[in-house]
Amino acid sequence: MSLLSTRGLSKSFAGLQAVQGVDFDLPEGEVRALIGPNGAGKTTFVGLLCGRIAPTSGQVFFDVRDISHLPAHKRIGLGMAYTFQITSVFARLSLFENVALAARRRLHGTAEVEAAVMDALGKVGLTEDPERAAGDLSYGHQRLLEIAMGLVQAPRLLILDEPTQGLSDAEIAGFKGLIRELAASTTILLIEHNMSVVMEVADRVTVLNFGEVLAEGTPEEMHANADVQAAYLGTG
Amino acid sequence: MSDRSKTFALHGGVLALLFALQFVLPAYHHGNLARIMVLASFAVGYNVMFGYTGLLSLGHALFFAAGMYGMGLAVHYGGAGPVVALLAGLVAAIAVSLLVGLLALRTAGVGFMIVTLMFAQAGYLTVLYFTTYTRGDEGLVLQQAQRMLGSLDLSQPGPRYFAALGLFAVCMLAVLWMVRAPFGKVLIAIRENEERARMLGYDVFRYKLAAVVISGTICGLAGAAYGLLFGYVGATFASVQYSIFPLLWVLLGGAGTVLGPFIGALFMFYLIDLSSSVTSAYMLVAGVALVLLTLFAPQGLVGELRERVWRWLP
Repeated sequence: MSLLSTRGLSKSFAGLQAVQGVDFDLPEGEVRALIGPNGAGKTTFVGLLCGRIAPTSGQVFFDVRDISHLPAHKRIGLGMAYTFQITSVFARLSLFENVALAARRRLHGTAEVEAAVMDALGKVGLTEDPERAAGDLSYGHQRLLEIAMGLVQAPRLLILDEPTQGLSDAEIAGFKGLIRELAASTTILLIEHNMSVVMEVADRVTVLNFGEVLAEGTPEEMHANADVQAAYLGTG
Repeated sequence: MSDRSKTFALHGGVLALLFALQFVLPAYHHGNLARIMVLASFAVGYNVMFGYTGLLSLGHALFFAAGMYGMGLAVHYGGAGPVVALLAGLVAAIAVSLLVGLLALRTAGVGFMIVTLMFAQAGYLTVLYFTTYTRGDEGLVLQQAQRMLGSLDLSQPGPRYFAALGLFAVCMLAVLWMVRAPFGKVLIAIRENEERARMLGYDVFRYKLAAVVISGTICGLAGAAYGLLFGYVGATFASVQYSIFPLLWVLLGGAGTVLGPFIGALFMFYLIDLSSSVTSAYMLVAGVALVLLTLFAPQGLVGELRERVWRWLP
């Protein structure tokens, strides 16, 4: 059964069709990668899913329910979590507080929140000094903090927008392990440019090009697909 | 000592010091400090919105005056005692801040500043328009008999100081509690990054509305207390000057710090007081001090202290 689907989802910005008529289905428990050349509409598409951006037309369904008209915070409340492409942590607050703010939506009680926060920080390897200001972290570590803020919400659907951008090779390896571990309990949609991540963690891949779904299939099928290669190399 | 006990020691210490000062201060400074504590309560309320939620309002005279007139009119025309009159002031401030919040929060940034400024001007003009009842610029004078809280005469320096200290303690401790609680953390999160807070699932509009109402309520309470303790309710307190004052006090003392509003109000009050005894160009002195502080201590006095020495200051 699909946890998330869209029908005819479209968005245009002043005449530019960023996303057009996308029918998308994401079954529960799957890890799906969303790939495509720059400007293909990937970030806009996930923005439409979680309500950051209002669609021009079309519908979004979450767990069979039509959520097209729900504001973003209510969609998050239903069990979606979203991490930003451009790092968007609370720079002047501590690591702990950043994750605690995400945790308190679901948990109450100091001890419970603290346990969940330390657990999430542990999963991304940021337990060293939780009282440090988030803005003092390196870019890669801020990405990891973003992921921790997503994890601690224990979402049904985790949307990650280019999570490995700026991470070191060792951190990327850690990230792959983390996604495999999470996949047992969470449905994951990730926008990703790093092909080794896509090949290794995704169950299926959706390719967007010019705001439309160009192809969909297993990572191996997409890797071999001539249209996809053409889109990426620009020889289509 | 943990940060928690340091926080309580510092804020408790300040209140204890203020309590002790009433026995040693000469009459003139005793009176000043009572006034400063009421004005600092006004600034504490302003700080909830500006310092903690990141909402810059240019119309807080409206909330101060709503509390003041709610109280004053209840005393003058309703024959209410101080307690009932304070409650009337509170109700007026809550109603006005709720209405202003619902409308003004549809805007953000510069738009929000302009809309709050306009609401406050409309409030000021309303006070003048109903001169028959409000006595306009001339204002209403509350008689000594109308300011008796049981056997406590609030027009006398001793009880007045005590009441001002009580008001300030309640406002400051309430805000201290709030900013340490999860609710306050969400307000700070909204100040730091509103879009991120929304995408963590927080209903940002409701939190901001709550901040406006809490801020307006504290400011209204301060306005009502000011009228009651100093026996005068006038249109000046609804004018734009009283929208700018709390902003200056909070900026000087440190936006987003619990003690900053008091320190800022104290500093500014005595800056003007001392310089006006030396020169008639005292506003120039105040202006230069402001420019220097903005250049060299942009976080405000308490804000710089937090930045450089006491990282744990709430």
